[in-house]
Amino acid sequence: MTMRLPPFDLVTPTTLQEAAGLISDPTASIVGGGTDLFPKMKRRQTTPVTLVSLAEIDALKGIRIDDEGRCVIGAGVTLAELADSPLVPAVVASAADAIASPQIRNTATVGGNLCLDTRCNYIDMPELWREASGHCLKDGGDTCWVAPRSDHCWAISSTDLAPVAIALGGSLRLVAADGERIIDVDDFFQNDGIDYHTKSPGEIVVELLLPAFTGRATYLKHRRRGSIDFPLLGVAAAATFDDAARCTGIRLVVGAVASAPLRAIAAEEFLIGREFTDDVIEEATRLASNPVRPQDNTDTGSRYRKWMTPVFITRALQEIASDDTTNQEEEP
Amino acid sequence: MSAGNHTVVGRRLPRVDALQQTTGQTQFADDLNPPGALVGRQLRSTHAHAAITSIDTVEAAALPGVKAVITGADLPITYGILPVSQDEHALALHRVRHVGEPVAAVAAIDAETAERALALIHVKYEPLTEVVTLDQALDPDRPLIHGEGDGQNVHRTAALEFGDVAEGFAAAGHVREDVYFFGGNTHAALETHAAVASCSPEGKVTLWSATQVPHYVHRALAKVLDIPAGRIRVIATPNGGGFGGKTDPFSHELVAAKLAMITGRPVKFNLSREDVFYAHRGRHPVLMWVKTGFESDGRITAMHFKSFLDGGAFGSYGTASLYYTGALQTSTYRIPNYCFEGMRVFTNKPACGPKRGHGTPQARFAIESQLDKAAADLGIDPVAIRVRNAVEPFSTTVNHLRITSCALNECIDAVVEQSGFHQKHGQLPEGRGVGLALGCYMSGAGLPIYFNKMPQSEVQLKVDRGGGVTVYSGATDIGQGSTSMLATVVAECLGLEPAELTMITADTDLTPVDLGSYSSRVTFMAGNAALEAATKVRTRLVEAVAAKLEAAVEDLEVANGRVGVLGDPESGVSWTEAVVLATAATGPLVESGSYTAPKLAGPYKGAGVGISPAYSYSACVVELEVDADTGMVDVDRVWIAHDIGKALNPLLCEGQVEGGVYMGLGEVLFEEQAFRDGLHRGPSLLDYKIPTSLETPTVHTTLIESDDPEGPYGAKEVGQGPLLPVIPAVANAIHDALGVHIDEVPITPDKIVAAMRDAARGGSGRVGPKGVPDFDFGELIRVEPPEGFVAP
Repeated sequence: MTMRLPPFDLVTPTTLQEAAGLISDPTASIVGGGTDLFPKMKRRQTTPVTLVSLAEIDALKGIRIDDEGRCVIGAGVTLAELADSPLVPAVVASAADAIASPQIRNTATVGGNLCLDTRCNYIDMPELWREASGHCLKDGGDTCWVAPRSDHCWAISSTDLAPVAIALGGSLRLVAADGERIIDVDDFFQNDGIDYHTKSPGEIVVELLLPAFTGRATYLKHRRRGSIDFPLLGVAAAATFDDAARCTGIRLVVGAVASAPLRAIAAEEFLIGREFTDDVIEEATRLASNPVRPQDNTDTGSRYRKWMTPVFITRALQEIASDDTTNQEEEP
Repeated sequence: MSAGNHTVVGRRLPRVDALQQTTGQTQFADDLNPPGALVGRQLRSTHAHAAITSIDTVEAAALPGVKAVITGADLPITYGILPVSQDEHALALHRVRHVGEPVAAVAAIDAETAERALALIHVKYEPLTEVVTLDQALDPDRPLIHGEGDGQNVHRTAALEFGDVAEGFAAAGHVREDVYFFGGNTHAALETHAAVASCSPEGKVTLWSATQVPHYVHRALAKVLDIPAGRIRVIATPNGGGFGGKTDPFSHELVAAKLAMITGRPVKFNLSREDVFYAHRGRHPVLMWVKTGFESDGRITAMHFKSFLDGGAFGSYGTASLYYTGALQTSTYRIPNYCFEGMRVFTNKPACGPKRGHGTPQARFAIESQLDKAAADLGIDPVAIRVRNAVEPFSTTVNHLRITSCALNECIDAVVEQSGFHQKHGQLPEGRGVGLALGCYMSGAGLPIYFNKMPQSEVQLKVDRGGGVTVYSGATDIGQGSTSMLATVVAECLGLEPAELTMITADTDLTPVDLGSYSSRVTFMAGNAALEAATKVRTRLVEAVAAKLEAAVEDLEVANGRVGVLGDPESGVSWTEAVVLATAATGPLVESGSYTAPKLAGPYKGAGVGISPAYSYSACVVELEVDADTGMVDVDRVWIAHDIGKALNPLLCEGQVEGGVYMGLGEVLFEEQAFRDGLHRGPSLLDYKIPTSLETPTVHTTLIESDDPEGPYGAKEVGQGPLLPVIPAVANAIHDALGVHIDEVPITPDKIVAAMRDAARGGSGRVGPKGVPDFDFGELIRVEPPEGFVAP
C-alpha cells in the first residue's frame, strides 16, 4: 500500500546523559544509522512518536586501543569505518564488510548491528501482508506462525557482528540515566525472538570492547547474494594454540539459526587440548551442529540451513586450524 | 561489423534520448505533477478468496481532504487484454480472488489523507475455500474462482497433433519421457507502475501511464469508462523497464481516470513495490511432461509435449501464454511429428501473463534439458544432437510456421568455438561445468490481440519547410530503444543523422497506432512502417531535385544531408533546398507508412499463436562453478550468439542481449514468485532475490547477421530471444559440473544439495517433479502437415 515513513519527532542530543534521559519516554526510540529501524517504521511494525538520534554524540564515535590493550569500538562507528579500520581484528573488519551493501554500511552502525532486531518472514512484511496472514506473536498477535504451538517467538538473530564479538570474548558498555554497566556480549543476548537481548529500554550501548587477541579467528557467512543479504547462517570461531598445535582456548558461535547467537559449548570443551585433525574437527562439528534447530522462517527453508550448519562449522574449524589462514590476528 | 553501404545502420550510436535520460530530464509517469493533482490510493484485499458482503465508504468519504471514494459498483464493466478473457473489474465486485486485489479507491489532497481514508473503508468478507495450487485447482470439490458452485478451475485447454506422433515414436530407436517444473517469476522492472489522469471541463480524459500498450489501454478505458474512445487520450510515458509487466490495462489506470472524471482534478497513482507484486502478470509456473523419440544418431522422430499452467486469478494473456508453451518447439528444431496438449488453471494468486519470452522459456528449459539427457543416452555430444535437429532457413514447420532467415548453426558455431565447449564439456574438474542451449523467438506476433484488418503499425513523417523532420509513431519506448530504432531507420533512408530528427511517440492524440511494445514486434513492424513513410518522402525529394538538375531519378542519391548525383553529392542541392523544391512541386511534405504482417496462420484453431514474419535465433554457452557442499552456483562466463538479421545499432542490440542474459540468470538461479497458501512469500526486493551487478558475470555477445528479407534493412528482434537459452544452459552446466539433474527452476542451493545427498545415498541425483496429473485435454485436433512438408 505505502512505504512512506509515518510522522515522528526527531531529537538530536549531544551527550549520553541527555540521550539517556530522552529515551526513558516509552514512546521514544533510539535511532543510529536507521537502516534497521526505518524499514520497520515504513512497514508500520513500529511507530515511535519520538526518535532520539545518536548521530551527534561524540562519546559513541571512534575506534581506539585502550591502556589494557583492548580494542574499543564506539557504538556509533559505521560499518564502513569498521570494515576499513586497521585497529580492529581482521575478522571483525571482514565480518563488517560482509554486512548488507556499501550504501547501508555507510550509515549503519556497530551498535545498530549488535542490537539488530530479530528477523522473520512472518514479521518483516508489509502491513497488508501481516493483516492478511494474521498478526504474529511479535506483531501483537497471539500465535507464532513459525511454530504455532510455541509460547515464544522464533524470529532470527541476524547480526553478523555479535557472533564474532562473542567468539573474541567481547563485552559491551551500556549507559543509562542512573549509571552504567559492562556485560559480556555472550550474556547480552537471550534466545527469545521478542526479548532477544537484556538491554533495558533506558540503556544505550556505548562501546564494544574486544580484548587483545593473538590467536586465529574467522567468520563464515552464508547468504544467497554476497552483495546484500542477511545471513542464512554465520559461524564465528576464535582459537589459540600451543606450540604443538593443540588448542588452548576456543570460542565457537553459530549465528542466524536461533533468536540469539548460539555458543557451541560442548564442542569448545571437546576441542580444548586437542590438535585440529580431521577426526577431531568431525567430532566437534557433530557436537556443535546437533543442537542447532533452524526454523522455516527465512530464505531457503529449515532443512537446508540444518544441512549447512555442519558444513560451515567444519570449514570454520579447518580455516583456523590451517597454518596459512589469512585471518590470523597480529598483535594490534 | 561494418556499416556496409549504410551511413547510419550498423553504427554504435548512443540512444537519441541518452542525454535526457542520463541528465534526469526524462519525465517518467511519477515525475508528472500537474497543478492541483490529487493522490490516489487503492484499498487491497486481505483475503485470497472471499465474497464481499458489504463495503461501507461513508466514513472515508467524510474525512476532510478526501475528494472521492469509489468501489467496484462505480466501474462495473469488465475488461481484460484478450477479447476472450473479459474477466477483470477495475475494483473487485462481489468477490475477491487474490490477496492484494484492489477493492476500493480514494482520491485525496495528499498521501497521508488518502491512506487514512483507506483505513476508514469498512469491507466485510465472507471467506471462501482457497484454490492455490494446481492440484487444488483440479479438485472438483473446491469452489470455482470464476462462476458459481464447485468444480475444476480449468481456464483453457489445447490439444493439437501435427503429423502422427505414434508413428514417429514407433520409428524411434530411443524414446525419453521427462517431467519438468518452471516456477513462476515476476518482471521486477526498476520503475514501479504509475499513472496520472486528468479530465478537461469539456469531459476529455487524458491518461499518462507507464504502459507498454497505450493503444490497448485506450480501448480498455473506452470500454470500462463507457465513453467514446475519441474523448480519451492515452500518453505512454517512457517506461523504466517493462518486460511484459506493463502490457495489460491495469486497475490503477482505469481508477485514476474515473476519479479524475468525478473530481475534475488530476489524480495520480504510483504503485509501491508490494503493489507491483500483486499486479504481477509475470511468468507462469508451468509443469511439463515431454516425450521425445530419437533415432540412434540423435535425429528427432516425434515429440509429445504437455503443459500445465498455473494462471492465477484472471485470464490476462493466459490463453496466448498457454499456446506459446507449445508453439515454438518446432521453429527451433525440426520435429516431423508433434503433439501439444496444454491447460491453464485459475488459482487465488495474482494473475500471470507475459514476461520476456512469453510462455516459451518454460518449454525451452524442459526441451534443452531433455536434449542433453538424450545425447548422453545415445553417446553423442550436446552440440551434435542440436546441430542434427536445428531448423533450417526458408523452411516450413510441421505446425505450419513459416521460417525465413535463420542462422542457428552459425550461432552454435560461434559460442561452441569461443567457449572451447568441446575441450571443456565432461572434462572440467568436479564442481566446474559448461552447458549449451539454443532458442528461437518471434519478431512480432503475426496477429493483433483483437481481430481487425487494419495495419499493425503506422508511422507518419512530416518535413517542415526548414528541413526539420518529425517522426510520429505510436511505438512505446520501454527502455529497449524503440525511439532510437525509428530514428535510425528514418535517418538512414533520408541521409540524415538520427539525432537531427524530432521524435513524437506513444500518444493516441498525436501519433498513429502501433499495437504496442510486446512480442518483440516494434523493430520489425514499426521499423518497416517508418521505412515505408521515409521512402515516400525520399522519392518525392529525389523527383523534385531530378527535375531541377535535369537528371534521371535513378542517378540521384540522398546522403549526408544532400540530394545529388550518385557518387558526387556536391553536384546536387542541400537537404533543405531539396525539401523546398519538393514542397513547391507537390505540396506538404507529409507521408505515412504502415506494416501489416503477411497472412501466416495455418489451417487450425490456435494457429494464430506462434506465427511471426521472422524468427530470431540464439545459442548460449555458460561456464560455472558449483560448491558441491553448499549448492552455491557462481556463473563465470556466458557466451551468447544471436541471429538478429541486421544490427541497426550494435551498441543497443548488445545491451538487449546482455539484459536478456542477466534476466535469465536471475530466473534460473534466484527468482520465484512463490506463495505460502494464498500469501506471497516476500513481496519486496529483499525477499524476492534478483541478482545485483556483483552476481552478474562477464557476457561475450556475438551478433550474427542473417539479413532477413522482410525486416527493415534486414533486422529482426533482440529484446526477448536471448533470454531463452540462458536458463537451460545453466541447468545443463550444473549437470556437467556435478552429475545431478535439477529439473526444476529456480535451481536454488537447497535443491542442488538435496540432489547431491540423494546421489550420495545411491539415488538418481535428480530433484524435480515426479509426474503430471492425469488430465483430459479434450478432443485432439489433428492437423495435416503443410503441403510439401518433408520430414527431415
